[in-house]
Amino acid sequence: MLKLITRYIQRDTGGNTLLGVLALITVLVPVLNLVVPEGSALHLSTYTVTLLGKYLTYALLAVALDLIWGYCGILSLGHGAFFALGGYAMGMYLMRQIGGRGVYGNADLPDFMVFLNWTELPWYWHGFNHFGIAMLMVVLVPAALAYVFGWLAFRSRVTGVYLSIITQALTFALMLAFFRNEMGFGGNNGLTDFKEILGYNLHSDATRAALFVASALALAVAYITCRAIVNSKLGRVVVAVRDAESRARFIGYRVEQYKLWLFVFSAMLAGIAGALYVPQVGIINPGEFSPLNSIEMVIWVAVGGRGTLYGAVAGALLVNYAKSYFTAELPEVWLFMLGSLFVLVTILLPRGVIGLLRRSSAEAAP
Amino acid sequence: MNVRAITRNLVKPASWKKLLNRRAVFDPHLNATHGTILYMEDVTVSFDGFKALNKLSLYIDDGELRCIIGANGAGKTTLMDVITGKTRPDEGSVFFGQTIDLLQLSETEIAQGGIGRKFQKPTVFEHHSVFENLELAMHADKRVWPTLFARLSGEQRERIDEVLEIIGLSVERVRRAGLLSHGQKQWLEIGMLLMQNPRVLLVDEPVAGMTGQETERTAELLTSLAGRHSVVVVEHDMEFVRSIARKVTVLHEGSVLAEGSMNDVQNNPRVKEVYLGE
Repeated sequence: MLKLITRYIQRDTGGNTLLGVLALITVLVPVLNLVVPEGSALHLSTYTVTLLGKYLTYALLAVALDLIWGYCGILSLGHGAFFALGGYAMGMYLMRQIGGRGVYGNADLPDFMVFLNWTELPWYWHGFNHFGIAMLMVVLVPAALAYVFGWLAFRSRVTGVYLSIITQALTFALMLAFFRNEMGFGGNNGLTDFKEILGYNLHSDATRAALFVASALALAVAYITCRAIVNSKLGRVVVAVRDAESRARFIGYRVEQYKLWLFVFSAMLAGIAGALYVPQVGIINPGEFSPLNSIEMVIWVAVGGRGTLYGAVAGALLVNYAKSYFTAELPEVWLFMLGSLFVLVTILLPRGVIGLLRRSSAEAAP
Repeated sequence: MNVRAITRNLVKPASWKKLLNRRAVFDPHLNATHGTILYMEDVTVSFDGFKALNKLSLYIDDGELRCIIGANGAGKTTLMDVITGKTRPDEGSVFFGQTIDLLQLSETEIAQGGIGRKFQKPTVFEHHSVFENLELAMHADKRVWPTLFARLSGEQRERIDEVLEIIGLSVERVRRAGLLSHGQKQWLEIGMLLMQNPRVLLVDEPVAGMTGQETERTAELLTSLAGRHSVVVVEHDMEFVRSIARKVTVLHEGSVLAEGSMNDVQNNPRVKEVYLGE
């Protein structure tokens, strides 16, 4: 057993580097933020901590996407939908925590419902004041949507570009639906003005640091789980499905079942990422369902290098750091950069940044 | 399979247990009691009015090596599609053994049940090693959850090693399948079929694009498999067919034109007429 573990660890240099870095920042970032005094050069501002935490949730989302795209060849252009649904579930919990402290001071109804002259809570809002139930919904709602969608799509053997287009339509439809006030999710303003999570003030430094740590841990656990999946026989079957689907079917694998469960699992991870994202950025609105967001996620994975998992993390961090930097410095060119980045990576770096690193290290070795 | 072996298996309680669930229907010891493993009767398949198969009847014996020849469009590939469940016939019946109606089963069920197919174009899993290709093909519980936790037992490893030996790829076991030569890929694919412990092997043009030496080895391989498995080979290469065939079926316009030994078939006036235009 021990031998198996050591062999397993040795084989995944990139992944172990990732896990090492995650362990390091889990300790270092809160210390630099909370312990090091504000005047010191080593002090990390709460703004930075939150920004890093947000990046980590994006990285988790990228891992979820890489699992299905890189390993199973399912290019989902609608993964933002699962992320947003997880985010909304968390947002609903946070809304209920506001209680009577809203602008209208109504303890039973969130502000936007009072504004719409609603008199009682819609049925689907019940239970979201309990953290446990809300967290269950964070994974169950994306999973249920992914199951129904995947069941229909994979059973009908919809693949390739067609599948991508339908996923795109899915997230677009959800965006339009969530924009409507009658849906009861706050319309185009979404859910915001959060105060507390589990009784802790969302705006305090310590809560921010805790959310950062939770994001890092979630990413680490998700990475380890995904790695275990892709290294199992199931992982080999899934890659076989990607490379030669009908062959896998003739060997006796029920291809649609494999795709379905992987898709559902990936949607659950995306939901968790969304749930960690919302308390850190303080808002969830239908813009998260925008098809553009989902396409951006695909670019993160492509830039990092698909089919490695840790490459997706690297890609998400790189692109989002660039985005933060360039939208501040040169806001008008960012979208052009993003577009050309995708084109260039597709043409020149089919295996992404990780592929480039691997190639150069292979050349350096004798 | 001789009678004694069959009775021996039947008296084992395990065999009776198998009879009770669905998989049991596929138990190889139960279904070939009349010596015929595959029955196709009056099978018709038409695509937009064109009859790819026209009232075709074909019987494959247990353990035999059968070659099927015929010009392009004679219906050879459609025949395999029907047996493997890829194409559903308009008319006719297809039985596996005495009792299993293949027309009621899905592609996956047929594949799991003991009919393996090798495609014309070699399709192996290019990114997997030779060993992994065989592992994936292995007869096992192929549902999602058991597959996630599947570990190779010693017995299964031995079986993979054994098949590696049979197909002559022991040296290449850790090599990526995509890097194999064309001939080696074909053998690997046959190996993948063997891993499923099929009762019937359908082999579509196994020597297309092979060198002379590779063709020779393939002939040895296929003849060595007959007996333990029924092997049905579709092939264009007459030289190759002559070297392995005991019984040949000639297809023409979706029906059986002639059947018999290679010599009989070659001297058959109708075959001559169709193929040589005499």
